[in-house]
Amino acid sequence: MSVDLEKILRPIDHEMAPYEPKYMMLASGEAVVVRQVFRDEIPDLLKHVEPLVHVERDYYDVVASRVYAELLGYYRHRFQDQYVLALQVDGELAAIVNGRQVTPKLGLSLHTLAMRRGLRIGAHGFAAKMEYHIDTLGHDEVLVVAESPIGFRRWMLEYKLEKRFDTPHELGGVPSWALTRELFNAARSKLVVGRRPVPADILEKAMEKILPPSDPPTPPLDPLAATRSLYDPTATALVQQRWEMEKGMEHA
Amino acid sequence: MRDVYVAGIGITTFTRLEYPLTEIAAYASMMALRDAGVTEVDQIYVANMGAPRINHQTALASAVADSLSLLPAGAAAIENGPASGAAAIKAGFQAVASGMDEVVLVTGVERMREVNNLEATDFVATLTHPLTEYIYGVTLPAHAAMFARLYMEKYGVTERHLAMVGVKNQNAALNNKWAHLQQKITLEGILDSPEAMTNNPYVAEPLRFFDACPVSDGGAALVLVSEEKARELGRPMIRISGVGQATDTHAVFEREEPTDLLAVRRAAAAAYEMAGIGPEDIDVAELHDAFTILEIAESEEVGFFPKGEGHLGLEKGETALGGKIPINVGGGLKGRGHPVGATGVAQAWEIVTQLRGDGGKRQVEGARIGLTLNFGGFGNNVVCLTFVRED
Repeated sequence: MSVDLEKILRPIDHEMAPYEPKYMMLASGEAVVVRQVFRDEIPDLLKHVEPLVHVERDYYDVVASRVYAELLGYYRHRFQDQYVLALQVDGELAAIVNGRQVTPKLGLSLHTLAMRRGLRIGAHGFAAKMEYHIDTLGHDEVLVVAESPIGFRRWMLEYKLEKRFDTPHELGGVPSWALTRELFNAARSKLVVGRRPVPADILEKAMEKILPPSDPPTPPLDPLAATRSLYDPTATALVQQRWEMEKGMEHA
Repeated sequence: MRDVYVAGIGITTFTRLEYPLTEIAAYASMMALRDAGVTEVDQIYVANMGAPRINHQTALASAVADSLSLLPAGAAAIENGPASGAAAIKAGFQAVASGMDEVVLVTGVERMREVNNLEATDFVATLTHPLTEYIYGVTLPAHAAMFARLYMEKYGVTERHLAMVGVKNQNAALNNKWAHLQQKITLEGILDSPEAMTNNPYVAEPLRFFDACPVSDGGAALVLVSEEKARELGRPMIRISGVGQATDTHAVFEREEPTDLLAVRRAAAAAYEMAGIGPEDIDVAELHDAFTILEIAESEEVGFFPKGEGHLGLEKGETALGGKIPINVGGGLKGRGHPVGATGVAQAWEIVTQLRGDGGKRQVEGARIGLTLNFGGFGNNVVCLTFVRED
């Protein structure tokens, strides 16, 4: 008797209502589209996530590694009830946010990976996924953690999240925080923006192709600099090395 | 008193720098020394505000001297709040002008991103009056917000004017590769769109997020020399023609009219008098726009516009590149960033760059005379410098 192991290993996804795309204007005056990305587009995302695995700054390495694994797991049917939203500016990938449904009443936020910085794109993405959990999927609350101090300020502090420290989060087993429907409604007017429907030309541009981020976060010039800065305040022997590394940077 | 020239300039990128404080200072200094073509100096002044408190480092000038193998040059650190940079330039100027030194290195440096934003804000707030301001939680954004509110009520400045300064300076930084903020913003995106309040929330009403400069790390350096040395080195002859400094009450509430920045007015007047020029002679200016309202107010106090009319000049584009008096064409503190101890030196770096004609896309055509205004405290210690290119 043959056994189809794939039938055992592959999780069965529950029906989840789709996310209705929206768009908003950034401080730059550009329009960013938030839309759901399904399995067939995941390879297009993976190639833009991979370079960030090597960025040892603001926990990009940790977050990108995990996002890569989550997206790959989704693509290859090893992750249950996951959804992925992409934020695009003129087709260019600006952020990825994802999460999953734990029960029909409980959501779980996975990651927010901003590829363009300084315009609250990550914050807009996080707000969109909370909107998806609470408004579209009807979850009563969403479990959240942060891996970086920036995330902690954006989620825990700005949304005033409640502690759920007795519930280990799926991301590393760390204590969870929770965004309840009540907290989301309280934050809605201040933090949740966007317009629907998305004008056809803007949506078409986003759907046509996921273009690579033009200015993604880059690794620090010297990966050990952060460590050295704590223990080597004199830097006597290192100035020449820095000079060599940055000699291409002349003043204007 | 001898004439004093700027023979060399150097700067680091202003951003979050994951290098030791001394290394940041050393890098900017090396660029300036190389630019000037000198390997030995008589004296080093290092401008810095926060090293003992936020970087746990004292005697910074000694460390810089050793890092650069400039021993046995004299070295001293100068802490004068956010005006440390220009105060150090003034000290260097005095050293050369007096005949005591031939070559002086002035380096400004700060590494504020080593601590989180709350600690950085608190650190800067320690410059306020300890008994009448700081203990009540007054921060610099709060000071600037109260000042802006008064200015609005008295002179008709609006949030749109503040946003216009922010857009002008942040977008100007796109032409300065050393600047911290490399992100275009628009009035629509930060003020007019339905999303504007989320994109640009109030930090301290009426000031919003894009009305404030970023917290930055960075260093900048100048090499000051005598005329004889300047001619020997053969670099463009940029002379420091005016130096003015003035103080005002420590506590802002003690000022008769809080919207008058008397120390700015007096420092500028002193610099003009020494240089034998007036505000109408300035081709390009670096004003201390830690908050957008300050650029408007300072543009009046240094004499570019009548009191209460700076925002009208802004409306007409007179302070933009190509305008009557271009201000902060390299981004200012708003776009370039504000590593507090380095700022005054970075302002001078920009003006010297302009007077040399090396400004690239941000070059003010034909610039010959420039001005810097370095604003310490909340206007209680201000240094104004003027520079002239001698052909």
